[in-house]
Amino acid sequence: MSTQIAAITNVKTGVIDEAVYEHPFIVRLCHWVNALALLVMVFSGLQIFRAFPSFGAKIPQKDLLHWPKAYALGGWLGGGLQWHLTFMWIYIGTGLLYLNYEIFSRNYKQVLFMPRDIRGVWPMVHHYFFFGPKPYVREAYNPLQKLAYTSAIVLGILSVLTGLAIWKPVQFSWLAWLMGGFRWARLWHFAVMWAILAFLFGHLVMVVLHGWNNFVSMLTGWKKDPEYL
Amino acid sequence: MNFRTDSRQFKRINRRELLKLSPVLALGAFAIPKLQKPLLKTGLAFSDWASARLFGSGHLARTFDDSELTPFARFPINGYDVDDPGVDFDNWTLTVSGAVQKPGDYTLAQIQTLPKFRQNTRHVCIEGWDVIGRFGGARLADFLQMIGADPAARFITVQCADDYYESLDMATARHPQSLLCYEMYDQPLTREHGAPLRLNIPTKIGYKQAKYLTDLKVSHVLEKAGYWEDQGYSEFYGL
Repeated sequence: MSTQIAAITNVKTGVIDEAVYEHPFIVRLCHWVNALALLVMVFSGLQIFRAFPSFGAKIPQKDLLHWPKAYALGGWLGGGLQWHLTFMWIYIGTGLLYLNYEIFSRNYKQVLFMPRDIRGVWPMVHHYFFFGPKPYVREAYNPLQKLAYTSAIVLGILSVLTGLAIWKPVQFSWLAWLMGGFRWARLWHFAVMWAILAFLFGHLVMVVLHGWNNFVSMLTGWKKDPEYL
Repeated sequence: MNFRTDSRQFKRINRRELLKLSPVLALGAFAIPKLQKPLLKTGLAFSDWASARLFGSGHLARTFDDSELTPFARFPINGYDVDDPGVDFDNWTLTVSGAVQKPGDYTLAQIQTLPKFRQNTRHVCIEGWDVIGRFGGARLADFLQMIGADPAARFITVQCADDYYESLDMATARHPQSLLCYEMYDQPLTREHGAPLRLNIPTKIGYKQAKYLTDLKVSHVLEKAGYWEDQGYSEFYGL
């Protein structure tokens, strides 16, 4: 894996800036398409959930929560399912394209949380949440970041597997069985969604905190003045 | 790899990289009211196509012990219109038509001459709930043989006493667990559960389990997919 680094001479001032090509095109494409697909999956999924907002018996029915119709996509159960069963292909497609790209381009080394990253997690948590000193950063992602992104990828895979188990509980009966049965698979699918939303919340907070150059890097690939150069 | 450039050139590089992302905007087609419906219909049709490919004609739905059955009183009654369409049992027949050698009216007694199968299987509603019920009846595959259904036919459609209508692909209809069901919990079907004859298809979603059958047609093309399908549900919805 060789990272592209550019030395940029400012034509007016003559000052030299540096930039790193952090995100290859396929990664950026998959990121944005998958992000949109994820939003559709969440809000159409909540529409489907509204039809039976419980994880127990039908009779007697004990509802877990009433999700407002205004925050659900599709208008009704049938509409929600149409969105869900359409965008799941886009969600899975970009997911598979991304995973294949990461593996074959060896770009996964930038993202994948490895055992050697474990000891770097606490210093980052200490820095972010307890105002500890900022650890020295040597690469594009710090250990906590790698942990977050790797978790998000695992959650993405789990969202597909749990979804498959409740969409096809007969053909993929072994999947439903692994998850503790049809009802548990439904509950896992729901729980995985909230876990992904928790990641998304943290992700967006970090994007805001890390400023414009960092955000632009997911659009153009290039990050100006990265702190680790 | 390192290279040198200037700020003007770098801006151009960034603009080009940003433009490469423009295919993402294609998803905006889903926000255009005129395109939204056909796009979602295509997506649903693709899911149905994939579902048909995932269907294993020899793959059996899991069966359960009697101890796992949902009590009969807690098996939901889901009529789309009325719970009891007032079927006249004395004069009831199943009217068979279409691509069959022996069309005509079949009585319940005729259907009951076929071997009877009982199974404890899961009934899954599209809403998300599920129950485990005990069903008894004749295999649809045996009935298709009885009426001399064209082996090349691809669909079965049924009409119901409450104007409900449904369809099945032939692979599912010939599945060993697909029943013309006349018993639940070892008792003759009650009116609310679709007496005298209903479908029990453990490899399909709940709305395919049509009740109070009156007509059965074997066909090469799908003329009417079903009541809920016409409202926007999946045509195939195999489990």
